[in-house]
Amino acid sequence: MTKQIIVPFGPQHPVLPEPIHLDLVLEDEKVVDVIPTIGYIHRGFEKLVEKREFTEYVFIAERTCGICSFIHGATYCQGIEQIMGIQVPERAEYLRVIWSEYSRLHSHLLWFGLYADSFGFENLFMNAWRIRERVLDVMEQTTGGRVIQGSCKVGGVRKDISNEKLDEMAKDLDTIDREMKEMTTVFLNDDTVRHRTRNVGVLSREDAYHLGAAGPTARGSGVAIDLRMTGYGAYDRLNFHVATESCGDCYSRHSVRAQELFTSTDLIRQAIRKIPDGPVDIKVTGAPNGEFFMRSEQPRGELVHYLKGNGTKFLVRSRIRTPTLTNIPPLVKMLQGCDLADVPVIVLSIDPCISCTER
Amino acid sequence: MKQEQTIIPIEVGRLIGSVEQFRNEGYRLAHIGCTKVGDNSFEINYSFDKDYVLQNLRITVTAETEVPSITGMYWGAFAYENEMHDLFGIQVKGINIDFKGTFIRTAIKFPFSVSAAKEEKK
Repeated sequence: MTKQIIVPFGPQHPVLPEPIHLDLVLEDEKVVDVIPTIGYIHRGFEKLVEKREFTEYVFIAERTCGICSFIHGATYCQGIEQIMGIQVPERAEYLRVIWSEYSRLHSHLLWFGLYADSFGFENLFMNAWRIRERVLDVMEQTTGGRVIQGSCKVGGVRKDISNEKLDEMAKDLDTIDREMKEMTTVFLNDDTVRHRTRNVGVLSREDAYHLGAAGPTARGSGVAIDLRMTGYGAYDRLNFHVATESCGDCYSRHSVRAQELFTSTDLIRQAIRKIPDGPVDIKVTGAPNGEFFMRSEQPRGELVHYLKGNGTKFLVRSRIRTPTLTNIPPLVKMLQGCDLADVPVIVLSIDPCISCTER
Repeated sequence: MKQEQTIIPIEVGRLIGSVEQFRNEGYRLAHIGCTKVGDNSFEINYSFDKDYVLQNLRITVTAETEVPSITGMYWGAFAYENEMHDLFGIQVKGINIDFKGTFIRTAIKFPFSVSAAKEEKK
């Protein structure tokens, strides 16, 4: 029997933007087993729900993640609105979709950069982040914040976007699309990228489904789950298809994300075309009394905000289940049998957001 | 548009059989979460999804109850079950990868547990 050794990977590692630790059990250069550990930066946000009024907690919910912050805030608000039976104005629903899709663009572009960096393609990394700056500029111009927007509230949104600005954003999307096309062409066709990602970290469709994979990790293995299909917000009035791939390797996962970039710009264009005039919020009175499992599609996959109120201003429970937590078991499966040199690329391929997970 | 969801309260003894049924019917495990209710009780929700419909099994336990692990049916449940132990102090029996309290390291041990709540009141 080959001697087994354990190589610690993380919590500090050049490819890891945030701390996760993996004990890699190796036989020669092959990984035969993996034991993951998180909890290095657990912040206990959920506990704060006992000390902040439900209308204020949206700011806490938003800070769960520094990348898809808007979607956390919107999901929390939608959960409260479901409990309280609040119907927000239609314009607010469209604005939430627009900001959510810009968040997805920003998140995916950030990830493409980190991913390119994981296999040493520095130029591609810088290119992805250069395009991301355009997206962040729009977020800043329309909400005042690059990564923490603070524009969502229970009952609607805090800020409106003028129709002139929406038209300007629609035009700017053409430039973003063109630049993303150039970038994704490299990710999808370059030999070095293919060599590092094809047949690497394969996750079968069955494993993806039963291990609870979410988002591009699931869709890269052919599991077509996308919570936007439930039609929350204004998604029920917009047309889009769920991007999937069938090979389940790292290439498939980045191919799904490449397709999703263009789905997002298309959804923003549709939302800009259809957004009606009118108010962007309604007055909220009373306090939530009941419970709801609000689910939405984050850039990394299915997000669950379980909210429970007892009729007071303070919720009894806010439980946030992030996609990275549920993508850890699939990651363990992907790593079993891989080469040590492929570990950074495979870990990055699930787009781990430990900040979310350590809410 | 309202997302469809149902909550099914069950006894702890029926947990494994009910989860097995969901597994056999092709549901995927979407979430396990714990909520402190009252002074010494916890609600644990096991959420399963199929075609975007969420079915939630709910058991209510005390801090002393030993909850059986469902990792025999859903291998990936170890992340939730270790989390449940580390944050709430719930005793889960038979987890496939049992971190024994080191999966999530918090400054206060079991921050959502009964004992942590008593300390906070002091």
